[in-house]
Amino acid sequence: MRERQASHDAGRAREFEAFVAGAAGRLLHAATLLTAEAPDANPRARRLLTLALAHTYACWHRLRGEDPYDRARQYLATRYAREVWHQHTALGRGRPRPPGTLAVLTPQERLIIVLRLYEGVAEEQAAALLGLPAERVRAICDRAITTLTHPPRESTPAVRGPKVAPS
Amino acid sequence: MNRTEREAAVRRILDQTPPQVPADLYEDVLRRGGRMLRRRTAARRVLWLMLFAAAVAFTVWALTVRPWVEPPSQTTPPLSGW
Repeated sequence: MRERQASHDAGRAREFEAFVAGAAGRLLHAATLLTAEAPDANPRARRLLTLALAHTYACWHRLRGEDPYDRARQYLATRYAREVWHQHTALGRGRPRPPGTLAVLTPQERLIIVLRLYEGVAEEQAAALLGLPAERVRAICDRAITTLTHPPRESTPAVRGPKVAPS
Repeated sequence: MNRTEREAAVRRILDQTPPQVPADLYEDVLRRGGRMLRRRTAARRVLWLMLFAAAVAFTVWALTVRPWVEPPSQTTPPLSGW
Protein backbone atom coordinates (compact mmCIF):
# COMPACT_ATOMS: atom_id res chain seq x y z
CA MET A 1 0.00 0.00 0.00
CA ARG A 2 2.76 2.39 0.99
CA GLU A 3 4.77 1.38 -2.07
CA ARG A 4 1.82 2.11 -4.29
CA GLN A 5 1.42 5.49 -2.65
CA ALA A 6 5.13 6.20 -3.17
CA SER A 7 5.04 5.25 -6.85
CA HIS A 8 1.91 7.36 -7.25
CA ASP A 9 3.74 10.33 -5.71
CA ALA A 10 6.75 9.77 -7.97
CA GLY A 11 4.48 9.72 -11.01
CA ARG A 12 2.87 12.93 -9.92
CA ALA A 13 6.26 14.55 -9.38
CA ARG A 14 7.31 13.52 -12.90
CA GLU A 15 4.10 14.94 -14.33
CA PHE A 16 4.64 18.18 -12.52
CA GLU A 17 8.24 18.41 -13.65
CA ALA A 18 7.15 17.91 -17.24
CA PHE A 19 4.50 20.57 -16.80
CA VAL A 20 7.04 23.06 -15.41
CA ALA A 21 9.48 22.30 -18.20
CA GLY A 22 6.78 22.95 -20.77
CA ALA A 23 5.01 25.93 -19.26
CA ALA A 24 7.72 27.91 -17.46
CA GLY A 25 9.09 29.68 -20.52
CA ARG A 26 5.76 30.94 -21.73
CA LEU A 27 4.55 31.92 -18.27
CA LEU A 28 7.82 33.72 -17.53
CA HIS A 29 7.49 35.66 -20.76
CA ALA A 30 3.94 36.63 -19.82
CA ALA A 31 5.06 37.64 -16.33
CA THR A 32 7.92 39.72 -17.71
CA LEU A 33 5.53 41.50 -20.05
CA LEU A 34 3.22 42.18 -17.10
CA THR A 35 5.88 43.64 -14.86
CA ALA A 36 7.41 45.51 -17.85
CA GLU A 37 10.90 44.48 -16.82
CA ALA A 38 13.81 43.89 -19.16
CA PRO A 39 13.97 40.24 -20.35
CA ASP A 40 17.37 39.66 -18.72
CA ALA A 41 16.69 41.44 -15.41
CA ASN A 42 13.29 40.37 -14.20
CA PRO A 43 13.28 39.55 -10.47
CA ARG A 44 9.62 40.50 -10.03
CA ALA A 45 8.50 38.33 -12.93
CA ARG A 46 10.55 35.39 -11.64
CA ARG A 47 9.02 35.77 -8.21
CA LEU A 48 5.52 35.85 -9.70
CA LEU A 49 6.27 32.76 -11.76
CA THR A 50 7.68 30.85 -8.78
CA LEU A 51 4.64 31.69 -6.68
CA ALA A 52 2.21 30.72 -9.43
CA LEU A 53 3.95 27.39 -10.07
CA ALA A 54 4.23 26.66 -6.34
CA HIS A 55 0.50 27.28 -6.03
CA THR A 56 -0.12 24.90 -8.92
CA TYR A 57 2.11 22.32 -7.23
CA ALA A 58 0.16 22.63 -3.99
CA CYS A 59 -3.17 21.93 -5.69
CA TRP A 60 -1.78 19.48 -8.27
CA HIS A 61 -3.58 16.46 -6.77
CA ARG A 62 -6.92 18.31 -6.68
CA LEU A 63 -6.95 19.40 -10.31
CA ARG A 64 -9.00 16.43 -11.59
CA GLY A 65 -8.77 17.06 -15.30
CA GLU A 66 -8.64 20.84 -15.01
CA ASP A 67 -5.89 22.45 -17.07
CA PRO A 68 -2.91 23.18 -14.78
CA TYR A 69 -1.64 25.82 -17.19
CA ASP A 70 -4.93 27.66 -16.92
CA ARG A 71 -4.72 27.49 -13.14
CA ALA A 72 -1.18 28.84 -13.05
CA ARG A 73 -2.06 31.65 -15.46
CA GLN A 74 -5.08 32.63 -13.41
CA TYR A 75 -3.04 32.73 -10.24
CA LEU A 76 -0.33 34.77 -11.96
CA ALA A 77 -2.84 37.31 -13.26
CA THR A 78 -4.77 37.75 -10.02
CA ARG A 79 -1.60 37.90 -7.97
CA TYR A 80 -0.17 40.58 -10.23
CA ALA A 81 -3.42 42.57 -10.08
CA ARG A 82 -3.38 42.40 -6.28
CA GLU A 83 0.27 43.47 -6.04
CA VAL A 84 -0.36 46.41 -8.35
CA TRP A 85 -3.31 47.47 -6.24
CA HIS A 86 -1.25 47.38 -3.05
CA GLN A 87 1.64 49.22 -4.64
CA HIS A 88 -0.67 51.82 -6.05
CA THR A 89 -2.15 52.58 -2.66
CA ALA A 90 1.18 52.41 -0.85
CA LEU A 91 3.67 54.09 -3.17
CA GLY A 92 1.74 56.13 -5.65
CA ARG A 93 3.13 56.99 -9.05
CA GLY A 94 6.54 58.39 -8.20
CA ARG A 95 8.45 55.42 -9.54
CA PRO A 96 10.82 55.41 -12.51
CA ARG A 97 9.46 53.99 -15.76
CA PRO A 98 10.41 50.33 -16.16
CA PRO A 99 12.40 49.35 -19.26
CA GLY A 100 10.18 46.61 -20.69
CA THR A 101 8.26 46.41 -23.95
CA LEU A 102 4.88 47.37 -22.49
CA ALA A 103 6.16 50.13 -20.23
CA VAL A 104 4.04 52.76 -22.02
CA LEU A 105 0.88 51.07 -20.76
CA THR A 106 -0.69 51.15 -17.31
CA PRO A 107 -0.58 47.91 -15.30
CA GLN A 108 -4.25 47.20 -16.03
CA GLU A 109 -3.75 47.69 -19.76
CA ARG A 110 -0.73 45.41 -19.63
CA LEU A 111 -2.72 42.76 -17.82
CA ILE A 112 -5.51 42.84 -20.36
CA ILE A 113 -3.18 42.99 -23.37
CA VAL A 114 -1.18 40.02 -22.11
CA LEU A 115 -4.26 37.96 -21.32
CA ARG A 116 -6.09 38.78 -24.54
CA LEU A 117 -3.33 38.94 -27.15
CA TYR A 118 -0.35 37.03 -25.74
CA GLU A 119 -2.28 34.26 -23.99
CA GLY A 120 -5.32 34.35 -26.25
CA VAL A 121 -7.85 34.26 -23.41
CA ALA A 122 -11.40 35.01 -24.55
CA GLU A 123 -12.81 38.42 -23.70
CA GLU A 124 -15.48 37.06 -21.36
CA GLN A 125 -13.00 34.88 -19.50
CA ALA A 126 -10.57 37.74 -19.05
CA ALA A 127 -13.43 39.92 -17.83
CA ALA A 128 -14.53 37.29 -15.33
CA LEU A 129 -10.97 36.80 -14.15
CA LEU A 130 -10.46 40.51 -13.50
CA GLY A 131 -13.97 41.22 -12.25
CA LEU A 132 -14.74 43.75 -15.00
CA PRO A 133 -17.57 43.95 -17.55
CA ALA A 134 -16.63 42.53 -20.96
CA GLU A 135 -17.24 45.86 -22.71
CA ARG A 136 -14.77 47.56 -20.41
CA VAL A 137 -12.15 44.90 -21.17
CA ARG A 138 -12.74 45.48 -24.85
CA ALA A 139 -12.42 49.24 -24.48
CA ILE A 140 -9.21 48.99 -22.44
CA CYS A 141 -7.79 46.51 -24.95
CA ASP A 142 -8.55 48.83 -27.86
CA ARG A 143 -7.00 51.77 -26.09
CA ALA A 144 -3.86 49.79 -25.29
CA ILE A 145 -3.55 48.58 -28.89
CA THR A 146 -3.82 52.16 -30.08
CA THR A 147 -1.16 53.29 -27.62
CA LEU A 148 1.16 50.52 -28.73
CA THR A 149 0.73 50.98 -32.47
CA HIS A 150 0.77 54.79 -32.31
CA PRO A 151 3.01 55.57 -29.34
CA PRO A 152 2.59 59.09 -27.94
CA ARG A 153 5.29 61.45 -29.21
CA GLU A 154 6.74 62.64 -25.92
CA SER A 155 7.41 59.18 -24.51
CA THR A 156 8.58 57.29 -27.59
CA PRO A 157 12.04 56.30 -26.26
CA ALA A 158 10.35 53.92 -23.81
CA VAL A 159 9.19 51.68 -26.63
CA ARG A 160 12.15 49.65 -27.76
CA GLY A 161 12.50 47.47 -30.79
CA PRO A 162 11.45 48.15 -34.36
CA LYS A 163 8.31 50.12 -35.05
CA VAL A 164 5.84 47.69 -36.46
CA ALA A 165 3.55 48.24 -39.40
CA PRO A 166 3.38 51.98 -40.07
CA SER A 167 -0.14 53.05 -40.81
CA MET B 1 -5.07 49.49 -40.55
CA ASN B 2 -7.99 47.42 -39.31
CA ARG B 3 -8.41 45.70 -36.00
CA THR B 4 -6.97 42.30 -36.94
CA GLU B 5 -3.85 43.88 -38.42
CA ARG B 6 -3.34 45.98 -35.35
CA GLU B 7 -3.77 42.95 -33.11
CA ALA B 8 -1.25 41.05 -35.20
CA ALA B 9 1.17 43.97 -34.92
CA VAL B 10 0.81 44.05 -31.14
CA ARG B 11 1.29 40.27 -31.00
CA ARG B 12 4.54 40.68 -32.89
CA ILE B 13 5.66 43.32 -30.38
CA LEU B 14 4.77 40.95 -27.54
CA ASP B 15 6.66 38.00 -29.00
CA GLN B 16 10.01 39.79 -29.12
CA THR B 17 12.89 38.72 -26.82
CA PRO B 18 11.56 35.93 -24.64
CA PRO B 19 13.37 35.81 -21.26
CA GLN B 20 15.59 32.93 -20.11
CA VAL B 21 14.03 30.58 -17.56
CA PRO B 22 16.30 30.44 -14.47
CA ALA B 23 17.92 27.05 -13.89
CA ASP B 24 16.98 26.73 -10.23
CA LEU B 25 13.31 27.44 -10.87
CA TYR B 26 12.11 23.87 -10.37
CA GLU B 27 13.84 23.41 -6.99
CA ASP B 28 12.50 26.75 -5.82
CA VAL B 29 8.98 25.84 -6.89
CA LEU B 30 9.19 22.46 -5.17
CA ARG B 31 10.45 24.06 -1.97
CA ARG B 32 7.74 26.69 -1.84
CA GLY B 33 4.99 24.37 -3.04
CA GLY B 34 5.99 21.69 -0.54
CA ARG B 35 5.92 24.24 2.26
CA MET B 36 2.46 25.38 1.19
CA LEU B 37 1.22 21.78 1.16
CA ARG B 38 2.68 21.03 4.58
CA ARG B 39 1.13 24.17 6.03
CA ARG B 40 -2.26 23.30 4.63
CA THR B 41 -2.04 19.79 6.02
CA ALA B 42 -1.04 21.12 9.42
CA ALA B 43 -3.86 23.66 9.44
CA ARG B 44 -6.39 20.99 8.49
CA ARG B 45 -5.10 18.73 11.25
CA VAL B 46 -5.38 21.50 13.84
CA LEU B 47 -8.94 22.27 12.75
CA TRP B 48 -10.02 18.64 13.03
CA LEU B 49 -8.34 18.38 16.43
CA MET B 50 -10.19 21.44 17.67
CA LEU B 51 -13.47 20.09 16.36
CA PHE B 52 -12.85 16.80 18.14
CA ALA B 53 -11.92 18.56 21.39
CA ALA B 54 -15.06 20.69 21.22
CA ALA B 55 -17.21 17.59 20.68
CA VAL B 56 -15.64 15.83 23.66
CA ALA B 57 -16.02 18.88 25.87
CA PHE B 58 -19.68 19.24 24.92
CA THR B 59 -20.40 15.57 25.63
CA VAL B 60 -18.75 15.71 29.04
CA TRP B 61 -20.59 18.90 29.93
CA ALA B 62 -23.94 17.46 28.82
CA LEU B 63 -23.44 14.25 30.79
CA THR B 64 -22.50 16.07 34.01
CA VAL B 65 -25.02 18.94 33.89
CA ARG B 66 -27.90 17.02 32.22
CA PRO B 67 -29.65 20.13 30.92
CA TRP B 68 -32.65 18.08 29.69
CA VAL B 69 -33.70 17.08 33.25
CA GLU B 70 -36.38 19.38 34.66
CA PRO B 71 -35.00 21.22 37.69
CA PRO B 72 -36.88 20.69 40.99
CA SER B 73 -39.57 23.30 41.52
CA GLN B 74 -38.75 26.08 43.93
CA THR B 75 -41.99 28.07 43.85
CA THR B 76 -44.36 25.71 45.72
CA PRO B 77 -43.82 25.77 49.49
CA PRO B 78 -43.11 22.37 50.99
CA LEU B 79 -46.20 20.66 52.32
CA SER B 80 -45.74 19.81 55.98
CA GLY B 81 -47.89 19.19 59.07
CA TRP B 82 -50.87 17.98 57.09
